[in-house]
Amino acid sequence: MKKQVTININGEDYTSEIEPRTLLVHFIRENATLTGTHIGCDTSSCGACTILIDGKSAKSCTILAIQAAGKKITTVEGLATAEGPHPLQEGFKENHGLHCGFCTPGMMLRAKELLEKNPNPTEEEIRWGISGNLCRCTGYNNIVKAIQYAGAKMRGEELPSTEPVFVE
Amino acid sequence: MIPATFDYSAPSTLDEALKLLNEIGDEAKILAGGHSLIPMMKLRFAEPEHLIDLANVPGLAYVRFEDGQLKIGAMTREVDTEESAEVTERFPIFKDVAKLIADPQVRNFGTIGGNLAHGDAANDQPAVMIALGANLEITGLEGKRTVSIDEFFYGFYATAVQEGEILTEIGIPVPSGKYGNAYHKIERKVGDYATGGVAVHIELDDDGTCTKAGIGLTNVNPVPLRAERSEQALVGTKVDAEAIANAAQYASEDCNPSDDLRGDADYKRRVIKSLTKKMILKSLERANA
Repeated sequence: MKKQVTININGEDYTSEIEPRTLLVHFIRENATLTGTHIGCDTSSCGACTILIDGKSAKSCTILAIQAAGKKITTVEGLATAEGPHPLQEGFKENHGLHCGFCTPGMMLRAKELLEKNPNPTEEEIRWGISGNLCRCTGYNNIVKAIQYAGAKMRGEELPSTEPVFVE
Repeated sequence: MIPATFDYSAPSTLDEALKLLNEIGDEAKILAGGHSLIPMMKLRFAEPEHLIDLANVPGLAYVRFEDGQLKIGAMTREVDTEESAEVTERFPIFKDVAKLIADPQVRNFGTIGGNLAHGDAANDQPAVMIALGANLEITGLEGKRTVSIDEFFYGFYATAVQEGEILTEIGIPVPSGKYGNAYHKIERKVGDYATGGVAVHIELDDDGTCTKAGIGLTNVNPVPLRAERSEQALVGTKVDAEAIANAAQYASEDCNPSDDLRGDADYKRRVIKSLTKKMILKSLERANA
């Protein structure tokens, strides 16, 4: 019943004998021991398990590992490079885009695809773009700012202010 | 949550998939995008013994205009109609509906064919296809057959796709004259199933008289519903305020919503009435743009 699959995660091949019912998120966390990808709701609502499959954001709790055989996966562990953090990681840090951090890996990977498709999104496009990712801490404003910051950095433009905005 | 044990095949041709499907019988289930089926399997509402994944079958994912029709391959991902300028310019309804189907991650994998073949009246594409008058191509070992969307939905999770068959293509007639279409649904939160949803497609002659109308309703009937009296209320009129009011009233009377956490039946009828009016107006605006 078990089948051998090889999945490339962040440039490295992971080969395991798995049951077809193994979910991709479990393969990533348990077989590849990359625990930056989180399991939140386990019902494809919250987006904490978001990863990229061949560059497309996907909810890894709702995809079988065997469906990803032979594909290239990017998880949060694959965002930073030798040069330093990814602009999204920098953006989330500089703008306090996280409190508890549970949603952050999924949020950043979703934002990565969003910015690749639409390098200069409006605030509304960002909010629709992350509509499949839930954050229960921040109220989203700083997440939107973090993505705007990353977008500016990736476009090579002047970085927006990271000063907090106080609402009277 | 982990699905019950099953076996898995990913055939590389449609013929191979059909042979496998016929060999295994009703214990086999087709896997398209998996974003309806896998959640059901995780909850153990569905426990198929064998999944036949169509992901490796070539030639099932495409959108093209051909023979006066918009042809959509059944394995086309929701995102691919949403982001196709060619499709959304001529059928803006696909932009309306995509934005309301779950969320971007789900639309990256969920397929149009799966959305229909799942046979769930809560899904959004069925109402859109009813409004547009789609035809569905179903392939079996003996060949292809085409059924109208009006003969496609049999009941809850039951469609015209019979044992041993696979839905392969959706064909939508492209009108030659003036036309417009639109979809909207009321949802409690982003990604929710519709409290109620309405898809409208209208065609007008040069004088602005409605020559054809299609109105489909989401999640207010055991199967996706065509609002026939509402359509008839528009055809032959100039789509004036009175015709629109009649169409909206009929839609609210002819649907059969149930009381649930999304609202009681009376509320849902009001939702349908209001949305029908708004979507007719939006379709009219687009037809005249």
